[in-house]
Amino acid sequence: MGKPILMKGNEALAEAAIVAGCHHYFAYPITPQNEISAYLAMRLPEVGGTFLQAESEIASINMVFGAAAAGARAMTSSSSPGISLMQEGISYLAGAELPAVVVNIMRGGPGLGNISGAQGDYFQAVKGGGHGDYRNIVLAPASVQELADLMVLAFDLADKYRMVAMVLGDGYLGQMSESLVLPSPSGLAVDKSGWALSGARDREHRILYSLRLFPEDAVEKINLRLQAKYQEVEAAEVRFEAHRAEDAEVLLVSFGLSSRICRAAIQTLRERGVRAGLFRPITLWPFPYRELVAAAAGVRRVLVVEMNAGQMLEDVRLALGERVPIEFYGRMGAMVVEEEEIVRRCTPA
Amino acid sequence: MSDAKLVYSRPQALVDTPNHYCPGCGHGIIHKLLAQAIDELGIRERTILVAPVGCAVLMYYYLDLDSCEAAHGRAQAVATGLKRARKDLVVVSYQGDGDLLAIGTAETVHAANRGENFTTVFVNNAIYGMTGGQMAPTSLVGQKTKTSPYGRDPAEAGQPIRACELLNTLEAPVFIERCAVNNVKNVLRTRKAIRKALDNQIAGKGYSFVEVLSMCPTNWGMDPVQATAWVETDMMPFFPLGNFRDR
Repeated sequence: MGKPILMKGNEALAEAAIVAGCHHYFAYPITPQNEISAYLAMRLPEVGGTFLQAESEIASINMVFGAAAAGARAMTSSSSPGISLMQEGISYLAGAELPAVVVNIMRGGPGLGNISGAQGDYFQAVKGGGHGDYRNIVLAPASVQELADLMVLAFDLADKYRMVAMVLGDGYLGQMSESLVLPSPSGLAVDKSGWALSGARDREHRILYSLRLFPEDAVEKINLRLQAKYQEVEAAEVRFEAHRAEDAEVLLVSFGLSSRICRAAIQTLRERGVRAGLFRPITLWPFPYRELVAAAAGVRRVLVVEMNAGQMLEDVRLALGERVPIEFYGRMGAMVVEEEEIVRRCTPA
Repeated sequence: MSDAKLVYSRPQALVDTPNHYCPGCGHGIIHKLLAQAIDELGIRERTILVAPVGCAVLMYYYLDLDSCEAAHGRAQAVATGLKRARKDLVVVSYQGDGDLLAIGTAETVHAANRGENFTTVFVNNAIYGMTGGQMAPTSLVGQKTKTSPYGRDPAEAGQPIRACELLNTLEAPVFIERCAVNNVKNVLRTRKAIRKALDNQIAGKGYSFVEVLSMCPTNWGMDPVQATAWVETDMMPFFPLGNFRDR
């Protein structure tokens, strides 16, 4: 266990990537995540790694593809508009079953939007974004500590399942400084010698690709294998946090930064005699559907709080259906949800 | 028969399998030249091929090399990632004109400008083959294609782009040459250029670029013999053969 240190979220996640054994980083500048690049431009040469400022986000995700194809732990980072540009590459990574970590420090959108934190990319991250039937593992940190911890987990999950793991933070989380204890390496070492490109020596040559023209059901067969893998992830990798949810009459459901404001509101509500609790998905995909059903079993109301127009709200509705009234409070365009408003909405009339 | 001597055989790096290329297409020749150079250098077991999107997308079935497929235009970004992660491997990006010079122009220019230590083979046949004969960035002025049915009009579609000359404005590349495969003499020169481009990579010298003018009889609406002549009469005046840089 290391000593607590003070670090900015973006720098903490960058250092955690190195802890996780990532020595290959390719990215294009975009606010509010530029500290990641600046930090890794300084640190990666110290550990003999590759820092490359690419000509675009399209290039950076494809550089990640190349490094991953060679069996290396590789990552890129960006913010919302840049992540949009990467969607093609992410789909190809999924199709070729390559492990990679993509960090999205979200900002306000749509379009160029603004440069402050937002949560408007939930759909893009969780429901696809690129073309075809694929999934990404999506991890949503709510603190600088968790941002760092989830980076190590992201590399492990990416390697374990040969898929993209996305760490979905936001501009506020990336920019804030908090005390954290840097994570330790997990020790997981996935053997990639069975599929990585290394030169066809004493074996048949291998191809990392997603095009299958023949026979006619070849791509469906690949899809069936992918879907089986995704089911495995859904069964094994769901993560969430429940806070004062056991006796809650009002359950707040929120991820990432907005969940912190919910926690403050819960404190105030509890002081005023309202039994409020929080359910916070940490994996947005796989989404904790069953766990949310269990947590909401005894509650009278559910309030979903997001910094978007109600994106995770759809998954909450999918989980809970008509079991309990579901309300929504959100702010958009990098406006932050307010504690007072959460309190107001949870206070019985 | 005891005097019989084997003087020619299929290169080891080439798979003994039928390919999908049309009669008179240049890709088969260029694949063979690449395979021969790889054999000569004894690097088959440490060479990685990055295949493009376009007619050559299936070339990973024809070359006995560890390979990966890149999204359209992204081959040199993928090659960059591969080579940066495994500097001991030999990496070849093989791309057509649409891939390298339209959708992938940025990746081409910037990989060359960084002096990435891999080898790019650029097949220029002045047309999109796989999608059925659309105008390419290298289609000639007046050339009729599916998407320039009245002939390429520079006022609407711009002039064709010369890749070698464009890259020759950059400081980093160590080798830039334009060749052709329309006759035996040019085929042999192409073989030499590809060999040199691989030599450079093995020596760690940096970015090498070989452009090959090639035939697409099917989409040009010609027979194979006419197509080889068209390379000479129509392509070469705009795309002159020769070495642009050899450091």
